Parts: sequence; C-alpha cells; structure tokens
Amino acid sequence: MNENAHQLWLIPALPLAGALINGVVGQMRDRAAHAAAHGHGHGHGHSHSHSHSQGHDHGGHDSHAKPDPLVSMVSIGSVLLAFLWVSKTLIALGDLNTAYVERYFTWIASGSLNVGFDLAIDRLSAVMLLVVTGIGTLIHIYATGYMSHEKGYYRFFCYLNLFMFFMLILVLGANYLLLFIGWEGVGLCSYLLIGFYFLKKSAGDAGKKAFIVNRVGDFGFALAMLLIFIHFGSLDFGAVLPKASGVDTGILTAIGLLLLVGACGKSAQVPLYVWLPDAMEGPTPVSALIHAATMVTAGVYMVARSFPIYEGAPMAREAVALIGLATAVMAATIGLAQNDIKKVFAYSTVSQLGFMFLGLGVGAYGAGIYHVVTHAFFKALLFLGAGSVIHALGGEQDIRNMGGLRTKIPWTFATLFIAAFAIAGFPGLSGYYSKHEILLAAHHHAHWMYWVGTITAGITSFYVFRCIFLTFFGEYRGKAHPHESPAVMLIPLILLAGLSIAGGFLGIPHWLEPFFPKMAEGHDAMAGNITTLVGLGGIVLAYLFYVVSPGIPEGIANSLRGLYNLIDNKYYVDEAYDSAIVHPLEHGSRIVLWRGVDAGFIDGIVNGMGGVSRSIGGALRTLQSGNIRSYANWVVLGAVIFLVMLGAAGGAR
Amino acid sequence: MPPLPIPEHPPVAWYLILSAILFGLGVAGFLFRRNIITVFMSIELMLNAVNLSFIAFSYQLKQVSGHIFTFFVMVVAAAEAAVGLAIILTIYKNKSTLEVDEINSLNN
Repeated sequence: MNENAHQLWLIPALPLAGALINGVVGQMRDRAAHAAAHGHGHGHGHSHSHSHSQGHDHGGHDSHAKPDPLVSMVSIGSVLLAFLWVSKTLIALGDLNTAYVERYFTWIASGSLNVGFDLAIDRLSAVMLLVVTGIGTLIHIYATGYMSHEKGYYRFFCYLNLFMFFMLILVLGANYLLLFIGWEGVGLCSYLLIGFYFLKKSAGDAGKKAFIVNRVGDFGFALAMLLIFIHFGSLDFGAVLPKASGVDTGILTAIGLLLLVGACGKSAQVPLYVWLPDAMEGPTPVSALIHAATMVTAGVYMVARSFPIYEGAPMAREAVALIGLATAVMAATIGLAQNDIKKVFAYSTVSQLGFMFLGLGVGAYGAGIYHVVTHAFFKALLFLGAGSVIHALGGEQDIRNMGGLRTKIPWTFATLFIAAFAIAGFPGLSGYYSKHEILLAAHHHAHWMYWVGTITAGITSFYVFRCIFLTFFGEYRGKAHPHESPAVMLIPLILLAGLSIAGGFLGIPHWLEPFFPKMAEGHDAMAGNITTLVGLGGIVLAYLFYVVSPGIPEGIANSLRGLYNLIDNKYYVDEAYDSAIVHPLEHGSRIVLWRGVDAGFIDGIVNGMGGVSRSIGGALRTLQSGNIRSYANWVVLGAVIFLVMLGAAGGAR
Repeated sequence: MPPLPIPEHPPVAWYLILSAILFGLGVAGFLFRRNIITVFMSIELMLNAVNLSFIAFSYQLKQVSGHIFTFFVMVVAAAEAAVGLAIILTIYKNKSTLEVDEINSLNN
C-alpha cells in the first residue's frame, strides 16, 4: 500500500471547494438574478433590504428571494460527498487499532519546532468524522428548506460549508496546531453565522460576544500548546501523548488545566458558557449544527484526545469533572425558567456538555464521546424541530404564545417528542445509554457527583418536557396560522428521530473501548435504576404541572419568588461579568488608556515636540528682520568667526 | 621728491595687500552704506579684490587655474549685475526709495 493511499485531504477539501463555489459563483448568480429582477421592473427594488421582519428568526426575510438551486446542490453535495468519502475510507481502513496517518508537507519548520500538515484517523476521530459529516449533511438538507426565503442564501451556505471544512480539519488534524487552526476556524464561522442577520444589533452583539469569550479560552489553549512544545518538543499527537506518562505531574496538571480553559470556552462550560445562549441569534440550522451537534463538542473531543495527559494529572481531571458538574447543574436550573424555545434548548446544550465533561473528568472518556454522539442526534433534532415550529409560526419563538400544536404540525411534534424522550433518558432511546454510562462512572468515582448528576438529569427531563408540553399541548395561544414544514425539512427530522432511537445500538462504546483506558468494573445496578426513575419522574412532573393543572408552576414561582428571580435572571452572571469585567474595562479604557495614556502621554509627546519646534522657531524668527544690512552683519560675523577658528586650529595648510 | 622705488616685478605680497585693502573697503561699504546701489558696487569691489589675488597667485605659481577662476568670477559678476540692477530698478519703481533700511518686507 503506497503512502497516503486514502486521500484523507479530500474530506476537508470537498466542503472547502463548496464554500468557494458558493461564495464566488453563488454571489455572482445572486447579483445577476437581482439585476434581472430589477430590469423586468417587478417594482420591489428596495424591499430586499427591509422587507417583512416578522419575529426573531426572520430578520432578513425576503418573500421574493428564490433559493439558487446551484448553491443548494453544491452545499449539500460537497458535504454528502465528504460523508461518503469518510465512510469509504473507514470501511477500507477496517478496525483502526492504530491511528492511520497521512503526511502531506512540512508546514512550519522553525528551530526545533516542526509541524507537518498531517491528517490522521483513529477510532476517536472516526466517530467524530461520521457525526460531523453525517449530521452535517442532514442539517444542510434541512437548511435548504429553512433558509429558502432568506436573503443572502449563498452567503449562508458559503459560511456553513466553510464551517464544515474547519470542523473536519479540527477532527482530522494530527497535531495540536492543526487542531487549533480548525478550532479557530470554526470559531470564525460561528461568529459569522451568529451574526448572519447582521442588520439586527442583537445578532451582531451576540456574534461579538461569542468571539470575545472564546478568545479567553483560546488563550489558555495557546499557552497549553506552548507548554506541550516546551516539555515534549513536538505538537504531534503521536509524539506527545505516548510520552505523557513519563512527565512530571505538575507539568501535566498545568497543561491539563490550560487545555481545560480552552475547552471551557469552545464547549461553553462555567465560567465561559455565557456566549452560547446568546448564539441562538443565528439561524436555527446554525444552532443545530454548530452550537449543539458539532463545534461545541470540540472541547470534549480535545480533552478526550488528550486523555493520557489527564490520566497523569488527577487534579486536572477532577477539575474537568467539577466544572462539568457545575455547568450541568447551573444550566439545567436556568433552563427551568426560559420561555424562548431556542433558549431552553441552548441551556440544555450547555447542561448536556456539562455531563460530557463530567464523564471525561471521572475517567469515562468513552462515555463522554458516546454522549457527544447521541447528544448530536437528539439535540440536532430538538433544534431542527424547534426551527420547524418557528418556521410554522412565522418566526414566533416564545413558548407562551404556542400550545396545542400537536395536531397542527404532527410530524414536527412526533419527531420532537422522540428527541425529548431521548434527552430525558427514556429507557431504550439513545440518551438513556450514554447518560447512564456517565452517571454510573460518576457513581464509581464519587457518590455525591452521581447524586448531583442524577438530580440534574431529572431537572433536564422536567424542563425539556415543560417546553414540549407548553408548545404542543393545551390550547393554541398564538395568532399566526401554523403550517407544516416542507418535506425537505421533515426528512432530516425523521432520519434524526431514527438515529435518536437507535443511537444506543450502534456499538459506539464497544468501538471506543480499546481506545481509552479501562474503567474499573463494578457498576451499581441500583444507581442505574434510580437514574431511570428520576428521569421518568421529571417527565411525569412536567406533565402534572403543565398539562394536568397548569396553575401549579405559577404558585411555586410565587412562593419561591427570590429563587425564581435568581434563575429567571440566569444567576445574574451576565450582569456580574458586566460589572466585574466589561465596565471596569470600559472605564479603565476611557479614563486611563484614553484620557491618561493616549490624550495625556502620547498626545503629550507629539504636542510637546510641536511646542518645542514652535518656540525655537519663534526665537529664530527675530533673526529674519528683512533688513539686508543685518544679514550682512551676520555674514561677516560668520566669516570672522570662521577665520578665527581657522587661525586657532593652526592656520590653513 | 624721489620716485617711489617700484620694482619691475613687485613681490606677490604687494598684490595681496592691495587685494586685502580693496576687500576691506568692499566689506565696509557693504556694511555701512545705505544706498542699495553703493552696496551693490561694494560687492563688486569685493569680487574684484578676490580676482586680483587669484591673478597674483596664478602669476606667482605659474598656473593657469587662477585665470580660469577669474574669468568665471567675471562672468558670474556680469550676470549678477544684470539681474541685480533689474531687481533694484523694480524695487525703486515699487517703493520709490533706495534706502536699504526701508526695504524689509521679508521681516519675520
């Protein structure tokens, strides 16, 4: 078998080509179509920029825009081809007991630093690749329906394909630097897509927030890479990770904690989770693909990838577990009081990511990745279903204005219902297996973590079903006329529903088992049953509260006003960041940096130089009397001085 | 009164002394006279004093370069006289005066 036989580079290159075609050809065709429409005098020349902006999600709605079939074809086709190429490669590679690496060229060679453009597949990245390209294909198909009335159709798919490119680089990269490139690239695409409706200020702000919060995490990641390079002399996974066990625990702890900082940013963990709920300003397919299924799991992937480092640093691992648990609890409780359907699922995503980190932190790396996969299935489904609801209601996102949609949009209801059962951990569905593995591993690690996690799982099923019941049961409370989504949106929903059901039987834990270190045996059957019961209890409780007697939640909210306000205001975290970081920064910038350093010091230097020149000039200008005889005197004086100096120097020779 | 004992070939120092005297007179006129034409003539006097010393050295050292310098100075002085007199005429037309001290419009 010759080298690079499997052409791994094709996998990321396909979406990149798609992005380029959409960005260049799509734009040209879009302009041409607009010009033609204007030329024929349809009289909607100005309606493009500010047409119907009903509701949140349809800021750029343009009833005249027709989706460009070329853009749809290229975007779906490129991702589908990437998926097929991944499948073909994985079938050809077989059991992948050792990583398969393809080396293309030396990318950076500087001193002892040598970074190659190398792509690799092992059991871990194989799972991620299938999830990214598979779910990516479904969401691309869905998006062609969801975005069909939007302005900037080609722009959307250009960004989305670009995202796929960077995500695949992230997963395929065989060294930390390449992973980092993908990591930053997906962050860029996330920023572009959150701010897709850039005419809306909140969307632009949310994009900036996501970008800036992620910089904090990336700083940690960059420092971790430096430490890795200093102590291992390389950034290749193949060179670094096998040597991790021989390195001092303190160094591994430092690297692990810094990597965790990076993961906290990208995967929206406490304390850097604040950007993800705001990221829901983006179109719903973006929320599903980037902010639920793939990009936000990059942190989990990266920590799981670096597991030898964490194995050698128990303290860092404990920190991963604690942060995961804290995130899970915090986001789940906030989710209880949200009324925006996408916000509910956003906090649920943060919470589920917390579960994944808990799994990684207690040493169940396989379970963490397993949950990444099942979560990708049901959370993508939840978001796409929410998008279908929003689409049906013409942009309505507030669940208080929904209700009774069960009969009006039955397909959306059925699929969303399955997803809710999956996330709640209903026995037999995908979420049940992965969440149980995590919680049982937590039980083995520390009992209190198990209990906190289990209660959080109960809260999860409660608030997800609260959202479902408020949306689909009871009386319809809105004004718009709901209509079922087109088939192009429903088919991905149905496929994802199938995956959400079957996700537990795909053999993912078995596939990942040899890759990660063995967990100690001894699972507690009792603990498993309790988790199941708590999950079901959450569903029953939600049914009681929101279908049987809808007065109860109001009463509880009133009797626990203080607590309710606390979670309704999301623990005032945004406000705390505002007053602790944003405001001091603004004031510091204004008073110290602007008034002090810029106006005082830098302008002072410039103005001072100007002032000195002016006063010297002022003194010299008196010499210019305009009087020829005074000039003559100066000339003669100069000549005399010159002669005297010449004489003093010993005369001319 | 006996005739001054002027040698047939006076030493070069004599020429230089004469040149210095002429130059000094030129400087004095340049500094102290007020009529712009007189100032101008003083400058010419200084130039010719220098020409004299060039010629003297040229003769003494038997080299032709002194001559060449002198011709150059004479050419430049002629051109300068033409331009200078034209300027003086224009000034007189505008200001109706040739007093150096009163022509100071470039003040400051």
